[in-house]
Amino acid sequence: MSIVFDRPHALVDKPLHYCPGCTHGIIHRLVAEVIDELGIEGKTVGVSPVGCTYNNYEYFNCDMVQAAHGRAPAVATGIRRSLPDNVVFTYQGDGDLAAIGTAEIVHAATRGERITTIFVNNAIYGMTSGQMAPTTLVGQVSTTTPFGRKPELHGYPVKVCELLSTLEGAVYIERVAVNNVQNIKKAKAAIKKAFELQLAGKGFTLVEVLSTCPTNWGMNPVKSIKWLEENMMPHYKLGVYKDISAE
Amino acid sequence: MSEKLLMKGNEVIAEAALRAGCRHYFGYPITPQTEVAHYMAKKMEQIGGVFVQAESEVAAINMVYGAASTGKRVMTSSSSPGISLKQEGISYSACAELPMVIVDVVRCGPGLGGILPAQCDYFQIVKGGGHGDYNLVVFAPSSIQELYELVVHAFNVADQYRNPVVILGDGYLGQMMEAVEFKDEEVINKVEKPWATVGTNMEREHNVITSIYIEADVLEAHNNKLQAKYRAIEANETMVEEFNCEGADVIVTAYGTVARIVKNVIKDAAKEGIKVGLIRPITLWPFPKASFEKYAETPKGFLCVEMSAGQMVEDVRLAINGKNSVDFHGRTGGNVPSQKDIMAIVREIAARK
Repeated sequence: MSIVFDRPHALVDKPLHYCPGCTHGIIHRLVAEVIDELGIEGKTVGVSPVGCTYNNYEYFNCDMVQAAHGRAPAVATGIRRSLPDNVVFTYQGDGDLAAIGTAEIVHAATRGERITTIFVNNAIYGMTSGQMAPTTLVGQVSTTTPFGRKPELHGYPVKVCELLSTLEGAVYIERVAVNNVQNIKKAKAAIKKAFELQLAGKGFTLVEVLSTCPTNWGMNPVKSIKWLEENMMPHYKLGVYKDISAE
Repeated sequence: MSEKLLMKGNEVIAEAALRAGCRHYFGYPITPQTEVAHYMAKKMEQIGGVFVQAESEVAAINMVYGAASTGKRVMTSSSSPGISLKQEGISYSACAELPMVIVDVVRCGPGLGGILPAQCDYFQIVKGGGHGDYNLVVFAPSSIQELYELVVHAFNVADQYRNPVVILGDGYLGQMMEAVEFKDEEVINKVEKPWATVGTNMEREHNVITSIYIEADVLEAHNNKLQAKYRAIEANETMVEEFNCEGADVIVTAYGTVARIVKNVIKDAAKEGIKVGLIRPITLWPFPKASFEKYAETPKGFLCVEMSAGQMVEDVRLAINGKNSVDFHGRTGGNVPSQKDIMAIVREIAARK
């Protein structure tokens, strides 16, 4: 008998604490598989955010640094500038990256920091129990938009890939989703490419992953995937927004 | 042969850091400390070090947090309003036990205040400023020579205790020029940093730098560990200058630039037959309580002089603990206590029965 499917070495053998149906587990696994395939675990330093994945330093086998809310790109800058031959990634949610940490992500990209950001967008604050995120869709109900997000009161959902792809320091920006097997494979390819471009010293790379939050959306996992496809994907269009290696 | 140069305080801060082996600097421009960044920008590029002008003080302190996580000697500098912004990162760094040197060249406040020198950051640096139970080691130099020596020392203390260390200087120290004599070679304590996140190289368990401990008992245990460290720092690292205190009629206490004014008062007073002593805390934390306890009942009264509305005076009163009177004289807004005004209060205290 031979083992054909196993836990990636870069992932600690420990049960994840995420809610049933949450796609963080899939995304963690994809990042770990990429680290394994590139053989970079020993020289990778990851940065954990504040949010549901605040303690994903317990799940990744590489060295990990936990950052203050939104500050992961600044922390990663300090690490990467200190370790020019290593690999540094941040793993951030939409509140962390697109609200409180907007300045840090924009300027890390502007400077072309050689880091890779895994940006998980589930259109809501998970850990603090379902408040409006900067990426919450118009009309979407949250605990702080109880009657739905209204542009005249709450503004519009921010499109991070579109925003960051205008910056010269960003070399690779792609939006993917983990709603089906085909897209999960594409997501992995995007994450791998981002790490490869970092290894090549090209500049800032970011992969936005559309994700679900069944608990705070108030749906079961199957309905959540459907909601993501019908509501998030039309607004947050999948695709490569910037790729200097293709230019 | 050691080198003696005429240099501006802010440049001495940067030069001292480089001599201490600091090759990583992250900052954001703010008056009156920006020359630190100018010096670093030039030198770091020349010697292959790291200089990053961050997008904000918030980002700068978090870059320091990242660099310190890798075990590198790292510094940031700012001035009062900028330090307020750094406080989040300072609290996290204290909890994560990251060695770093933070320079605060204090200007007058509150608010945007002004750009003139002050000592009104005592509370925000010595008493926390950020959230939680933590302490920073705080050095308060009063000359450019001492500024140089304490910056080098600060890096050693930071590494030894895995703790952020602050150089608290007023705007005068940053802006004035004075002779400084550099040593041929600095004393650099090489401290092993097996905790640093530099990559496992697949040879060890992963390292984690964090400041979050969700479980009550685990966080309390971490707090107890921090407190034990702070007690060790109190026992070993307190620095103070006691001058002319034996049999003094009046003991004045002041730190930084103000202590230099007091030394002139001591000369003036001697001409009038009044013996004035000086207790000059060099570490504001740990506070040199023992010096105050030792002389608590010696003079007719104590006088605390600051370029603030009265901040260090609270620690002086705690140290004296009711055994003597503690008067206060302070100026704000960038004004400086004058020799004349201090002398008038000294005369009044000396005349007490």
